[in-house]
Formats: sequence, C-alpha cells, structure tokens
Amino acid sequence: MDALAGRAWLTGIGQSEVGRRLGRDPLELTLDACLAAIEDAGLTREQIDGLATYPGMMSGAPGFSGAGVTEVHDALRLELDWFTGGVEMPGQLGSVINACLAVAGGLARHVLCFRSVWESTAQGEGGRQGIGLGGGGGGRAPRASGTMMEYTLPFRSYSAANWIAMFAQRHFHEYGTTREQLAQIALNARKNAQRNPKAIYRDPMTLDDYFAARMISTPFCLYDCDVPVDGATALIVSSAEAARDVRRPPLRVEAVGSALHGRPSWDQFDDLTTMALRDAGAMLWRHTDLRPADVDVAELYDGFSFIAMAWLEALGFCAKGESGPFVEGGKRIALDGQLPLNTHGGQLSAGRLHGYGFLHEACLQLWGEGGERQVGGEPRVAVAAAGGGPLAGCLLIRRD
Amino acid sequence: MAEKPFRMLPRLTDQNRHFWQGGAEDELRLLRCRSCGTWIHPPSPLCPRCLGKQLGPEVVSGRATVATFTLNHQPWVPSPDHPYVIAIVELEEQPGLRLMTNIVHCPAEAVHIGMPVRVVFENQEDVWFPLFEPVEDV
Repeated sequence: MDALAGRAWLTGIGQSEVGRRLGRDPLELTLDACLAAIEDAGLTREQIDGLATYPGMMSGAPGFSGAGVTEVHDALRLELDWFTGGVEMPGQLGSVINACLAVAGGLARHVLCFRSVWESTAQGEGGRQGIGLGGGGGGRAPRASGTMMEYTLPFRSYSAANWIAMFAQRHFHEYGTTREQLAQIALNARKNAQRNPKAIYRDPMTLDDYFAARMISTPFCLYDCDVPVDGATALIVSSAEAARDVRRPPLRVEAVGSALHGRPSWDQFDDLTTMALRDAGAMLWRHTDLRPADVDVAELYDGFSFIAMAWLEALGFCAKGESGPFVEGGKRIALDGQLPLNTHGGQLSAGRLHGYGFLHEACLQLWGEGGERQVGGEPRVAVAAAGGGPLAGCLLIRRD
Repeated sequence: MAEKPFRMLPRLTDQNRHFWQGGAEDELRLLRCRSCGTWIHPPSPLCPRCLGKQLGPEVVSGRATVATFTLNHQPWVPSPDHPYVIAIVELEEQPGLRLMTNIVHCPAEAVHIGMPVRVVFENQEDVWFPLFEPVEDV
C-alpha cells in the first residue's frame, strides 16, 4: 500500500533571505538556501550525492528560476550519483517526489532539493508581468505556440490569475461560494504572517481592507494573489539508511500524490471546479492508512486564494464544494483551530517561494521550531501541497 | 467601432491554420474524427477517443454557452477597455468541447455562466480570433 514504505525521509531545511527587490544574485540566494539545508541536516556537501529542482534554468521567464541543476552542481562542486531538473512534472514539489524515488530506489543517499525565484527584482519598478509579454525586444511580442499558450494568450488571458479565477467563478456558481469565504484564506495567511519575522506583509488586515482592494480578475482582488519575491528554499531528502547520519529526527515521507487523470490543461480540464489537485489529493490517501483527520497541520498552495480552498477539498479535509463553509469565519483554519492552515503566512503574505515554502514550513512545524507561530500539541503529521491548474503534487509527512 | 485591442498572435502551422483562419469565411472550424465523429480541440494527430488518424476540419455551428468567465481588471497590456471578459465556452456540438475566448458586444457585468453565445470573428493580421457575443440582447 505504501509505495515509499519508509524509504524516503526529510532530514534538513534551509532558506535564504526572502524579500522584495533584494537586487541580489539569484544564484547566491540559491546557494545560501542549499548550504543552510545541508548544515541543518548536520551533513557536509561531500555527503550530497543527489540534486533535484523545479523548473530548472529558464531564460525566457525573468525571475521564474534563480538557478538550475547545473549552476548549483558546479558552484558546490558536488559529486552527484543522480540529478534532475525540469518543469514537466506534478508541480513544484514534483522535484521532491522525484528525489524520494531516487533515495527509495537506491540511486542516491542524500538529495539536495531546491527552488529559487527572483521575480520581485525581475519585475523592476513595473507591475506584475503577464506571461509571454516579456522578451519581445520592442515591437510585436513573439507569437504564442505550444498547446498551453496558443489557445490562452491570444484571448488576452496573460496570467494564471485569469485561469484560476475562472475555476473559482465556476465554484462560486455551483456551490454558492462567496468572496467573504475566499477572503478567509487571505486573512488567515496575514494573521499567521504577523508571527513570521520573514514574512513580507505583516500589517494586520481586515475584511474591510480585503473588500477595499482593487480587483485583478473577478472574483480575485489584489489580496487573493500571492506576492512575488526574491528567495530560495532547499530541503534534503535522505534514504532510510542515510537518514541515520543526520542531526535531526528525520521526517518520514508517508505518501505522495502525483496523479493527473484529467486533461493537462488550464482550460480543458473536465471539472471546472477542481483542478489537477483532485487527482493528486486522491492518490495521496491511496498510499497510506492515515486519514485526513490525522493531519495536524496543512500547508496548502495559495498562489491564488482559491487554490488553497481547492486543495482542502482535493485532500478530503471537507467534501467537494464545501471548502467555503469549511473556512467560513476562519476559526477552523486558524493557528489554534482544528486544521491550522498556512502557518507561515502562505505565499499570499509570506511571499511567493513557489511551492517549496509550504514543505519547508511543514517540516519546521513537525520539528517544533515554528517559534511564535508554532502549532500547539506537538504536531506529528503534516501535509504540504503545491500547484494549481494542471500542476499538482503533494506530500504527507510524519514525525515518528 | 472601437479600436481593436492588442492580442498576442498564435504561431500558425499546418495543424492549426483551419482554426485561426476559418473566420476569413466566417466559419469556426474544428478538427473532427472521420471514423467516430468526435470533435477534437486543440488539434491533435490522433482522435483521443478511437485513436483514428482520419481527421479533418469541419465547421461547427458557433453556438455555445458560457461555462465560466472572469472580468479581467489587471492592465497586463494597457488598453481602454478594462475590465474585459475572458471566458471558457462550451460548443453545442459535444459535451466538453470548449474554447477559451472573450465575450464581446455586451457590458462585462451582463455576462453569466450558462449564457447562450455565438461566435464572431476579430481579424488581426493573418489571424481571425473566434470571440463570442450574446445571442440575446443584454
């Protein structure tokens, strides 16, 4: 039943400085995170024999990738038995899932996983940039090609904000979900961010503030959209045997979700109220005896607020269509609630570290190092999930 | 007639030209399997249902309903017509046969899920963008 059967463990975490327009070399930020994770595990770089990242080096999308496998491999002069980097996988955490398989299959002992962004510096003084609109070099932008872009960008939908907004709108229509309910994801994130010294937005936010914000793409206002930052996050995935080398009590990767049964598309997915998350979430529970009620803390991707609600449903924390009532009033998802959600402030308030921030926080909480935002009662089981639209991957981790 | 907004043009290929240029004859053309009749979008070399390879473009009615939509307020590209409507419409020919598009010729606030719409074309350079307008006056 358990595909990984205790053969993959999380053993260290690290994060660089995180901020708006840091103007720092993105490779340097990446290496800061990597070295921090290696040190956190109590390892040395000589012991790292695997490397994994998402999305790999990309030159076409400024800020979307701070470093690829090659840059980190070379900068740290690693001697690798196994490495991978790429974008065609089940979301950002797909790279960590790959690392789990590498250690479970005996190809590596300690895999360094990282995700690095510098979208804030890349956007300069301008606003958030639409997909495909950069790099035109003046004059007409290049033509859209590839299934995902060719049939979306020509209709003036330049952002996942537009695409995810349409899923949210359909959810509103079918289930009566409201903006007041959506707002709880943003308000909860902000409340938790106030206890996270590294969070970007820490000023208190009220429901009135939320409704006063400008609209981006209905039903999303500014506060439903995450905040681009510069920063890098790294994690160490170790084999069962190698996990004995480390300083930390290793965290068992209990199960993962990587499924995508529906069409891999922003606009052609069969059910316009769910996304790939539906399949990844369902798969996760097929590989463990644990149940949603066993989860002590949930770190669910909130690149847009609605995605966190969709993950709540996909992972079975509430029934399909019921995420609105589930988050209503915010008590259930608060730090001291039944299911503490996005305890660091999520990407909405702590910054768009693009998926890895959620797994970093899940580990931190299970190690009891959440500081002011530590969930009470010594949490033992956490879920971390990342991605939206056709991208989705999730991990269930536990401290034995 | 208002000025046409900036649109990113698709790269035309032998596989997609029927879709992007059918509007020159005021026709919305989609790929259809000649073996089993399944409509296919976006274009593919294989019928996803029967794996047949005998595919060819055919004209659809252009009638559809709004499956979902959003009013885009964010000025990704400066333009005087914000908010404009981005939608996914479902064509009447087949359940799940959908296109992303824009809803035009009506106030943005009038658009709703389930709204009946019909295709209209907007020409820019060598591309005819299939957009949709309400069937009834709003």
